[in-house]
Amino acid sequence: MQRRGRRNGAATVLLRGIRMDAFITSLPGAAAQGIIWGIMAIGVYITYKILDVADLTVDDSFGTGGAVMVVCMTSGMNIWLSMLVAFLAGCLAGLLTGILHTKFGIPAILAGILTQLALYSVNLRIMSGMANMPLSVMKYNLLLSLRKIPKSILVAGIFVVVLIALLYWFFGTELGHSLRATGCNQAMARANGINTERNKILGLILSNGIVALAGSLITQYQGFADINMGRGAIVIGLAAVIIGEVVFGKIFKNFALRLFGVVCGGVIYYVVITLVLSLGLNANDMKLFSALVVAVFLGIPYWKKQLQQKNLGRKGEANDAGN
Amino acid sequence: MLEIKNICKTFHPGTINEKKALKGVNLTLEDGDFVTVIGGNGAGKSTLLNMVAGVHTADAGQILLDGIDVTHLSEHKRAKYLGRVFQDPMMGTAADMWIEENLALAARRGQRRTLRWAITKKEREEFREMLKPLGLGLENRLSTKVGLLSGGQRQALTLLMAAMKKPKLLLLDEHTAALDPKTAATVLELSDKFIEEGKLTAMMVTHNMKDAIAHGNRLIMMHEGQIILDIRGEEKKKLTVEELLEAFTKASGAEFANDRALLSK
Repeated sequence: MQRRGRRNGAATVLLRGIRMDAFITSLPGAAAQGIIWGIMAIGVYITYKILDVADLTVDDSFGTGGAVMVVCMTSGMNIWLSMLVAFLAGCLAGLLTGILHTKFGIPAILAGILTQLALYSVNLRIMSGMANMPLSVMKYNLLLSLRKIPKSILVAGIFVVVLIALLYWFFGTELGHSLRATGCNQAMARANGINTERNKILGLILSNGIVALAGSLITQYQGFADINMGRGAIVIGLAAVIIGEVVFGKIFKNFALRLFGVVCGGVIYYVVITLVLSLGLNANDMKLFSALVVAVFLGIPYWKKQLQQKNLGRKGEANDAGN
Repeated sequence: MLEIKNICKTFHPGTINEKKALKGVNLTLEDGDFVTVIGGNGAGKSTLLNMVAGVHTADAGQILLDGIDVTHLSEHKRAKYLGRVFQDPMMGTAADMWIEENLALAARRGQRRTLRWAITKKEREEFREMLKPLGLGLENRLSTKVGLLSGGQRQALTLLMAAMKKPKLLLLDEHTAALDPKTAATVLELSDKFIEEGKLTAMMVTHNMKDAIAHGNRLIMMHEGQIILDIRGEEKKKLTVEELLEAFTKASGAEFANDRALLSK
């Protein structure tokens, strides 16, 4: 450090070089994390894009998945069964939000916040009051781990393919179509005999199940579950959805490809995060940075529309003047 | 077919905005009746249709459809018996879904939605055949997003979706009001055709007196939440706009003060 301080210019270059190296070596890890968070983002896509509901339950149903995973595994349960239980626990969280929204008449965002708050306590209960529980790859035969990144990427990739295939099938069925119609136009859905309330609950169940599954995967990958592991998950999910749309929207029209775009969005997000961290951004400022990026990307379509309307207005004025 | 018995509805009861929208409406439609409903703004026309559709629940009274009491049935359950077209052309279709997807949704009105494929090959061909008579070229655009269609095209599509499963009752709620005159005429013509070919029972709310006279076999006029005129058969065939206005004045004791209706006579 002292030597660097003396030879200023060269040292900075050297430092950058080191950081670039660090960036490149951390790329595979970023990709693995990105894919797993991309799975989470597919859950967000179902509520945010298909059902047209911003569901904040995910911030803690993600942790529920992780907590359940650790507790099931450490109690000796089979890994696949553990992941299934994690998925089902997420489904329950979604069910709760769905009931609060449709049967209690609470706006979706608030219903999600209430469930999320409740889940914090529930997750602590699941982990017997501990804020953090280890799940060591040395002790258990896990599917993914930080220590085996290439294998983790492969496993996460297989999960993505299977999940997208299942969702592609589901949203092509009569029930799946009725879910899409519910998100698109509720009046029309009801006029065609679709139970929109039940469909919203169903969508929330499915979404949070997937989110919790992603939580169980991340727990295996990082080797522990943490009470705060899902903090800001909705923002990361939205970021992945939006990046996927902005970058691949023009090429990926098919539903399966669009979901794939979301996962790619997750990977891009994590690569960018790794890059800005390696460029020297304080890790503590990360959430601020994420929120800013998502806010700007959410604003872009709105600004575009405003601009278009302004231009249309001007055109109209010009025509009036001409007449 | 449809029996409306003493239906009452008050919005915002007990507040300063209290509005008695329906004050004990009675109406019985026979099989195959096509009744047009006119009246000024706030007369209760749309409210009456929405009561039948289940958008609002009745404060009092009873609604029977083909003998089935639907008074307390939720909107989506009632949809089994009803075809509906709305005033807003955007409201009757799902904009982000394809034409064939919208038709497939309508084709399953009143059925349980299962995990079978949403559209079969056979259906796709049927949809093509159904779209041809609309004369809009939609039969070649099955995989076009409905959001890309014009208001008139969407309304024609909604009409087809409402009529294709032969509902017990077709509810048309000012479904041409938002269209330009030429498109409105086309959609009205289609409505007549669907009702005639399907032998449907229908209620059509309209602001246009001429349309109300020219279409259907029966005309009812509403005023302040009540039916004040009910003209049918031969009497309706001979009806003119002037007579209708006069009848309104006599029955309600007020001038028919509605610009849209007067302008469009």
